[in-house]
Amino acid sequence: MINSVGRDIPDEYLKNGVEPFQGIYYRDGYTYPKAAPKVSAYVKPTGDKMIASIRGAIIASGLKDGMTISFHHHLRDGDYVVNMVMKEIHQLGIKDLTVCASSLGKAHSYLVPCIEDGTVTGISTSGIRDEIGEVVSEGKLKNPAVIRSHGGRARAIEDGTVKIDVAFIGASTSDAFGNASGKGGQSDTGVLAYADGDAKYANKVVVITDTIVDVPNFPASIKGVDVDYVVKVDSIGDPTKIATGALRLTTDTRELDMAKEVAKCMYYSGYFKDGFSFQTGAGGPSLATTTFLKQYMEQDHITCGWAMGGVTEPIVNLFNEGYIKTVLDDQSFDLAAVASANEGRHFEISASQYANPFNKGAFVNQLNFVILGALEIDTDFNVNVVQGSNGVLRGAPGGHPDTAAGADVSIIVAPLIRSRMPTVRDQVTSVTTPGESIDVVVTDYGVAVNPKRQDLLKAFRQTNIALKSIEELRDLAYQYTGKPAPVEFDDQVVALVEYRDGTIIDTIRKPKSLN
Amino acid sequence: MKITTQAVAGTVESSDAQVMISPSQSDLKIDLDSSVYDQYGQHIIALVKETLKDLDVEGGEVKIIDKGALDCTIKARLQTAVYRAIGKKSDLPWEVL
Amino acid sequence: MAVKQRIRRSMIFLNTQRAALVKDAFVYHPDCVIFDLEDAVAENEKDSARIQLYQTLKQLDYQGVERWVRVNALDSDLINEDIRAAVAGGAEGIRLPKTETAAEVKAAAQKIEAAEKEFGRTVGQTMLMAALESPLGIMNAYEIATADDRMMGIALSAGDYTRTMHAKRTVAGTELFGARSQMLIAARAAGVMAFDTVYTDTDNEEGFKEELRLIKNMGFDGKSCINPKQIGITHEIFNPSEQEIQHAEHVMEAVQDSKDNGVGVLTVDGKMVDIAWVEGAERTLKLAKAAGIYEGELV
Repeated sequence: MINSVGRDIPDEYLKNGVEPFQGIYYRDGYTYPKAAPKVSAYVKPTGDKMIASIRGAIIASGLKDGMTISFHHHLRDGDYVVNMVMKEIHQLGIKDLTVCASSLGKAHSYLVPCIEDGTVTGISTSGIRDEIGEVVSEGKLKNPAVIRSHGGRARAIEDGTVKIDVAFIGASTSDAFGNASGKGGQSDTGVLAYADGDAKYANKVVVITDTIVDVPNFPASIKGVDVDYVVKVDSIGDPTKIATGALRLTTDTRELDMAKEVAKCMYYSGYFKDGFSFQTGAGGPSLATTTFLKQYMEQDHITCGWAMGGVTEPIVNLFNEGYIKTVLDDQSFDLAAVASANEGRHFEISASQYANPFNKGAFVNQLNFVILGALEIDTDFNVNVVQGSNGVLRGAPGGHPDTAAGADVSIIVAPLIRSRMPTVRDQVTSVTTPGESIDVVVTDYGVAVNPKRQDLLKAFRQTNIALKSIEELRDLAYQYTGKPAPVEFDDQVVALVEYRDGTIIDTIRKPKSLN
Repeated sequence: MKITTQAVAGTVESSDAQVMISPSQSDLKIDLDSSVYDQYGQHIIALVKETLKDLDVEGGEVKIIDKGALDCTIKARLQTAVYRAIGKKSDLPWEVL
Repeated sequence: MAVKQRIRRSMIFLNTQRAALVKDAFVYHPDCVIFDLEDAVAENEKDSARIQLYQTLKQLDYQGVERWVRVNALDSDLINEDIRAAVAGGAEGIRLPKTETAAEVKAAAQKIEAAEKEFGRTVGQTMLMAALESPLGIMNAYEIATADDRMMGIALSAGDYTRTMHAKRTVAGTELFGARSQMLIAARAAGVMAFDTVYTDTDNEEGFKEELRLIKNMGFDGKSCINPKQIGITHEIFNPSEQEIQHAEHVMEAVQDSKDNGVGVLTVDGKMVDIAWVEGAERTLKLAKAAGIYEGELV
């Protein structure tokens, strides 16, 4: 069936109530019962919940063939937890597991042999890149991977689309009863936002930490009342790869020029008022926007009410200098963010609070601005951030579709041409975020505004913002790069891109070049 | 025009292409390694053939490592390699390049 | 066709050898680019840079940015081919380095003319500018500026000049006052444009701004840049301020008023105005218009 962004979704993936994408607010007002976990009650006081080894915890949890396990990615490229757990599971010979991760990357390479021998047959994740991206693109995973945004994952857990049997939660610190947090240990992650739903909705919950602290480990992101077992290991991760050192602001003139243009669009949008809210990604031009926002705030004597997102040092600096009153943190990207998390008005929020479309109003719905990147953008403003132009999986929706749907003004910033690859093009390789939710595209060759936002067009026409139509941007790109030939794909579907509301927005097939 | 010695031009920096041209007994042989092969590989091969034809180069082995160079750069590196191979440095027929 | 007088606040040098640099430098919106075949290009890559230059000129739409080519010195065995490639490719102008005499300009002009004829281009369409890099060049500035009809402007190049003057580069630029002044006088007398030398400390934004204010006040038309980040700053300083534009508008309106009503004495914003200010006001508005910050009808 052709969905509303023009993508053909094979009927075999539209069963058991799964629907094709039908517009960003199609499921507004949707009613559903939440999926409660099956809890084993601890009525009798039995001392602490410590288990001597990961293997012991896996056995105690009753993990069996065909079950679903979950992980979070707050330990990012420094994560040891996924590989440690998967090695034990592999040795125990448990098969046919589905891994529901908040994201997967370089640090999780042990999943590759697990995929190849059928230990893992299903994956649900936001990020899918590097070796795992390749092995899935090659079609070696038995079932198509499901790509979910951060809000989409929280929704899938709460509405029962995903039923987690055992959640493995790496935590920087924990007490012996499972009160766990991202602070105070050897491998701090600042927050544990993505694990919140796992702890509350999984049937069994295992906390894995390298730092046991006295009871109670408060404030606790993960509450002991939700935790079955606690395992202490030597190290949950490599701190140097968990949070990068100070994320330097870009000095590249092209990126700075784009950032300046983004800030200008925000300033003239009509939403730049005292108490405004915004989220910006950690990419070069997105992050650099903060420098110019600060200038505008100074100029107009206003402050930002709250900033949200993957938090970085430039955001923390603005917060400490009083330009931002409150920070809402679902992921701490660098050491400054980790240190600042949960101090003063820098609050941790759960993935559901952040972006879940099926609760009673996530913070994304209250955003004035979001600044996002893109691998590809088509002339309907549809954005791809998941699949490389050669067809191989190499990205992550993260909060992209969530924030774009929620914010008053969603701005994409990307260079028009990367080496020879046109960013703005006739068709994106696959749709991650529908164009309906994208308002402005800022490139180094000019700025395009979605025609449905006549208010923004009208406002920008009064300024020196270099306005072009999206078709003009595409033509400019093609003028220099030539029109790219379409990549050829096999019939085999290797991944489904699920929109945040659970509908299917696109399917990803195996590129012929990988045959 | 016959290629009698080996010559190299260009770099493997992003947006550049490195071209190596070598003598060969047989017909023209093109070996393209491109970071944008799926989208532009066939186009680049056609461009290389046309450029060499315009220079009357008949045989030779051409090896290209392309890092997403635009056509003007691929053409320039290829022409440079050819002129280096035949040792011609000045009085180039610019109007036909 | 050669447009001698136009806005040229910034001219950015690009190493023509580097594909990534020349592919779309127009996105930084400089007024001019200078494709460098001289100092930036390694000796054994001169041939490669020249062919890249030709293909770039020929195939890439530079979006209205004026394209200049810095060729190798007149006494090198490279300049003939440099000029042939630049003219065949259709560059708007040639920048001749290390110019010391009018004869050198004439020699370069002859080579350009020969190339224009060879490649079927309109004779005279390729402009020339001369870089003055030595005391002798500065002494001969007026003769150089008037040596040929193709001359669009003269530019100071301070590196070699400072060395041969036994001077030291200072932040304030004291050692360049003589050269800058003399060159400007020559340029104005000859009716060509004048461009200042590069500012090499690319991380010192304040110092760069200082220097820009200095040369703008002296009367220079523009500055040679070596880093894209200098372009925006150059324009910011060279562009007339809102106040300057307003004042210029008032001057122009007062002039019109006095013509219409036969009023002899001009007063603008409560002050007496000399009729000689009119030219300056007109220039300010023209520059503002070319820079896209003035949309009025007074010029």
